[in-house]
Amino acid sequence: MAQAHGAYYVPHSSPWPIVASVGLFTTMAGLANFLNGGALTTMMFGVAILIIMLFGWFGAVINESESGLYNEQVDQSFRWGMYWFIFSEVMFFAAFFGTLFYARQYSVPWLGGAGHRLLTHEMLWPDFRSVWPTNGPSDVGGSFKPMEAWGLPAINTIILLSSGVTVTWAHWGLKENKRSQLILGLAATVFLGFLFVFLQAKEYTHAYEAMNLTLNSGIYGSTFFMLTGFHGMHVTLGSIILLVVLLRAIRGHFTEEHHFAFEAAAWYWHFVDVVWLGLFIFVYWM
Amino acid sequence: MSTATHVHVEHHDAPPRGIWRWLSATNHKDIGTLYLVFSLIMFLIGGCMALIIRAELFQPGLQFVTPQFFNQMTTMHALVMVFGAVMPAFTGLANWLIPMMIGAPDMALPRMNNWSFWILPFAFTLLLSTLFMQGGGPAGGWTLYPPLVLQTGNAFPFVILSVHMMGISSIMGAINVIATILNMRAPGMTLMKMPLFVWTWLITAYLLIAVMPVLAGGVTMLLTDKFFGTSFFNAAGGGDPVMFQHIFWFFGHPEVYIMILPAFGVISMIIPTFARKPLFGYSSMVYATASIAFLSFIVWGHHMFTVGMPLAGELFFMYATMIIAVPTGVKVFNWVSTMWKGSMTFETPMLFAIAFVILFTIGGFSGLMLAIAPADFQYQDTYFVVAHFHYVLVTGAVFSLMAAAYYWLPKWTGHMYDEKLGKIHFWLSVIGVNILFFPQHFLGLAGMPRRIPDYALQFAEFNALSSIGAYIYGFSQLLFVYIVIKTIRSGEKATDQVWEGARGLEWTLSSPPPYHSFTTAPEVH
Amino acid sequence: MLANLLARMRYPALGLGLLWSLSAAADLKLNMPEGVTTISHQIYDLHMTILWICVAIGVGVFGTMFYSIYYHRKSKGAVPAHFHESTTVEIVWTVVPMLILIFMAVPATRTLINLEDVSKPDLTIKVTGYQWKWSYDYLDEGISFFSTLSTPAEQINNLAPKDKDYLLEVDNPLVVPVGKKIRILTTAADVIHSWWVPSLGWKRDAIPGFINESWALIEKPGVYRGQCAELCGKDHGYMPIVVVAKTQEEYRQWVESKKAAKTASLGSDNPGPAMTNAPGQPAPVTAAQ
Ligand code: HEA
Ligand code: HEA
Ligand code: CUA
Ligand SMILES: [Cu+2]
Repeated sequence: MAQAHGAYYVPHSSPWPIVASVGLFTTMAGLANFLNGGALTTMMFGVAILIIMLFGWFGAVINESESGLYNEQVDQSFRWGMYWFIFSEVMFFAAFFGTLFYARQYSVPWLGGAGHRLLTHEMLWPDFRSVWPTNGPSDVGGSFKPMEAWGLPAINTIILLSSGVTVTWAHWGLKENKRSQLILGLAATVFLGFLFVFLQAKEYTHAYEAMNLTLNSGIYGSTFFMLTGFHGMHVTLGSIILLVVLLRAIRGHFTEEHHFAFEAAAWYWHFVDVVWLGLFIFVYWM
Repeated sequence: MSTATHVHVEHHDAPPRGIWRWLSATNHKDIGTLYLVFSLIMFLIGGCMALIIRAELFQPGLQFVTPQFFNQMTTMHALVMVFGAVMPAFTGLANWLIPMMIGAPDMALPRMNNWSFWILPFAFTLLLSTLFMQGGGPAGGWTLYPPLVLQTGNAFPFVILSVHMMGISSIMGAINVIATILNMRAPGMTLMKMPLFVWTWLITAYLLIAVMPVLAGGVTMLLTDKFFGTSFFNAAGGGDPVMFQHIFWFFGHPEVYIMILPAFGVISMIIPTFARKPLFGYSSMVYATASIAFLSFIVWGHHMFTVGMPLAGELFFMYATMIIAVPTGVKVFNWVSTMWKGSMTFETPMLFAIAFVILFTIGGFSGLMLAIAPADFQYQDTYFVVAHFHYVLVTGAVFSLMAAAYYWLPKWTGHMYDEKLGKIHFWLSVIGVNILFFPQHFLGLAGMPRRIPDYALQFAEFNALSSIGAYIYGFSQLLFVYIVIKTIRSGEKATDQVWEGARGLEWTLSSPPPYHSFTTAPEVH
Repeated sequence: MLANLLARMRYPALGLGLLWSLSAAADLKLNMPEGVTTISHQIYDLHMTILWICVAIGVGVFGTMFYSIYYHRKSKGAVPAHFHESTTVEIVWTVVPMLILIFMAVPATRTLINLEDVSKPDLTIKVTGYQWKWSYDYLDEGISFFSTLSTPAEQINNLAPKDKDYLLEVDNPLVVPVGKKIRILTTAADVIHSWWVPSLGWKRDAIPGFINESWALIEKPGVYRGQCAELCGKDHGYMPIVVVAKTQEEYRQWVESKKAAKTASLGSDNPGPAMTNAPGQPAPVTAAQ
């Protein structure tokens, strides 16, 4: 049918979701088995299936997109999908930020005798003073050095903020059909992303080796590594997504009007950026 | 908001044949069917676990199972019913009905739709397999409180990761619903013209994407506490076991509304049809649903009145919880007003809907009583709570699902169900379920704790009665299975309209509807 | 009775009639006990108030509905009306329930504030939950002991007839005086438990690593029974609580005899919970395997 917006594309059937489910199942069962002391092989196998699935699924989507099957309305569905996916990610991080908040505002002060918890302190943990950072009244994991905000983390903040600028610059390039600006901007973003991950890894190594700051370091170590760790995983993922977008841009994909994949990657990147700001303020600085 | 004037799908495809049709399905009806069948199977499995619980509780003393296995049954029963039966059933309804109700060809993201579904059977394979592991399945209650849950044996990581999978599935399902409703409506189908079922699902989808990730975060911390030495829920390291409860109930309370809002939607479709009168107070129904959803985020502490919160916290959660009675009351009053001066008939869907209104409200009343913090100090963790939540979940959510099944089966299959059998199923269910759960109020008030395999003698009579009710109710569900199968296979041909008083786009389609619901968007006025 | 009223409305002749006669015949407990503390009376009154309010609302709502079901049915020739909106009634049925709720909230708030007021106790007892027993420390007297289920396994396994207090009996009950404000501190050594004696009017979770405070002023001597109310593992159903409330006179005697027994057996095999160091220490991770 010929009409202004073309037709809503509904793929007739697809092998990829079921492959994805099998892959996810194998990965999860493998991981659980590994945590119980088993070998990693099953999980690796599952991850391999997932990777193949990603190539297949996204390959199919990219082909459909490039052959013009997606009209504006399909594009809009993708957008809604991405917005609310990012929102769910926000809530995922909210759980950990909430944990940090609870620990600093309630559990640690309570153990130190604040509020209605005087007896908890006096009878159970008389030697504990409520301070932050802390590894708790039992000195779990032994004494450690907390992470300083103004060293590597500050540098990483600058790196991530600049990557937010470069990706926006790339977007401007795309919208004005300046392909080299697009590619350059994206390449810079990907570089900054991986640089961030690299520095973060260095920071972790330093924490574990020189500062005795580990996942075992009581509530401070737990919240620190959980928050920065999940953030680091998201940066890695975001960088890979941007890398794919970069490769597609080099291949000549995307038009000034039609470039949802680019925008989705950019939104995701900005989200990762904002989470980092929260981390920098509440985990490293305050 | 809807940009399309016309929508259109590729025509070259008839659905693939055989099992591959289901494995690779992208069609909203196929996926809807998958969800519904899956949830019915899970309902039977979860129900069998409930029957084991009720068998053990028939008499004081230990008869059939060990206490540890009893706890596994309690835990698994709840996880299977909540995540395997009720939630997927509503997602199945959403899949079948939303595109037909808003005049769309399919769901917005069909491939992801398939993935949302197919994760579930795998997730439950993972979960149910734990029953056969060393140390058995999880036995710490569906609420997974640490430190107890950390004592789970080999099952532990499997349980956590299966919960992750269910979460991923729900989030994707919710995203799909939102994208479909916001983007696929036929021209003229403004938000305030959408059928209430669509509205309630839109709001439910927001609840899902807001809280499932929080649960994922919470159980992840359980996992690291157990395997990686973190101290989130351990006071010795500066954490707090109660912190998990805050996280869990921040998810858990909205979760219970996730299971009831779509039910409200279903009831709001059925009552007007059989009262032959438009729904009373459409817009106030929408606002009430939104208010309930909003309030559901700030009341979680009512599950934790006994943990030793500061007084101010207890007062806040008590007041906030009580307020939920107001928008819920608005809904109940609107349903009653819809019936008022209507011209009612009482086919099976209507019977279930009426029973829903009464029995859900009774469950709501006991909820309100639980909300009164000082009284909850007596009710908490007793069978009074068990009675409360089964009234809202079984005679609420499950009854609405039964009503929905009878109401839309003729549309889906093209055949009328057997009205006489339907009515028998209804009466057996409604009588059985009340014998099952009503005495549990008394047990709770008289002091019987929940989650115990054995009890003091003064609780014996009511427990026996309750177990008898469980078997009546449980076995009458087999009749339902029979009716459904019979309707799919044979039965009088259903008209497109099906019900005299039915209104809405889905009734303009043929029965059964075409494979792609609206290939050309209808005009809505 | 809520049950009776609603049941009568729903199914005039059915199952719940049976339930009613059954309860009358067997003299079953249907309601919350009134209890033996000031708090428990307040809670009981609150419970009855909200129960009756709910019953009244139920009668109104369901009554209207059944009226409509009876008179506005097609088989009686009812013709559907067309009204479907009224801002006025929506406002009315928003405001009226709101007022009812406020009416309930006032006594609820008062009771809650009272319940949480643990100031100025006459004596303090620390209760610690273990998998699966309780221990009691009389902080002022230096008495401490464990309290464990005393129902024999044969009764549980149906090999012997069950006692009257089946599953609600312990070896060493908690002994307390009447007429004194007793402060009860709850905590736990392994997982979360919850200390609950219905006649006292409240329950309170026992959380490893934290101490919760509550209080009771028992009015009359007697034996009051309760159970652990938080799932704590396989024997959660088998850690009852027995409180023996004695006159102050008898309580003193009991304390003296306990103390005497303690001096006599000092150094011997009485393990007594050595509660000087903190529970909650056994990190769950290690406790787990
Ligand atoms: C579908 C699920 C569902 C629904 C809809 C509800 C609805 C409500 N629930 Fe329930 N609840 C559960 C599922 C649900 N609950 C579950 C599963 C648990 C236990 C979890 C566990 O521990 O395992 C639980 C536990 C639970 C507790 C904790 C009990 C405890 O452990 O101590 C509390 C306490 O406040 C509570 C309160 C409420 C309230 C106030 C409502 C309100 O929404 C009800 C509102 C409705 C009405 C009040 C009736 C209609 C209104 C009128 C006719 C208007 C006029 C009325 C008045 C002014 C009174 N619920
Ligand atoms: C939507 C959720 C849902 C549903 C539908 C149900 C349905 C039922 N539930 Fe339950 N239940 C919960 C959610 C739900 N429940 C939760 C959240 C808990 C708390 C868990 C916890 O404490 O952690 C709980 C706990 C709970 C308890 C308390 C256990 C304890 O504290 O130890 C009991 C006890 O009676 C119970 C009973 C029942 C019964 C008899 C049904 C019946 O309605 C079931 C009826 C259905 C059937 C019986 C199926 C029919 C099948 C057959 C007849 C067999 C045929 C078989 C084949 C063909 C394969 N449930
Ligand atoms: Cu201790 Cu339950
Ligand atoms: Cu709740």
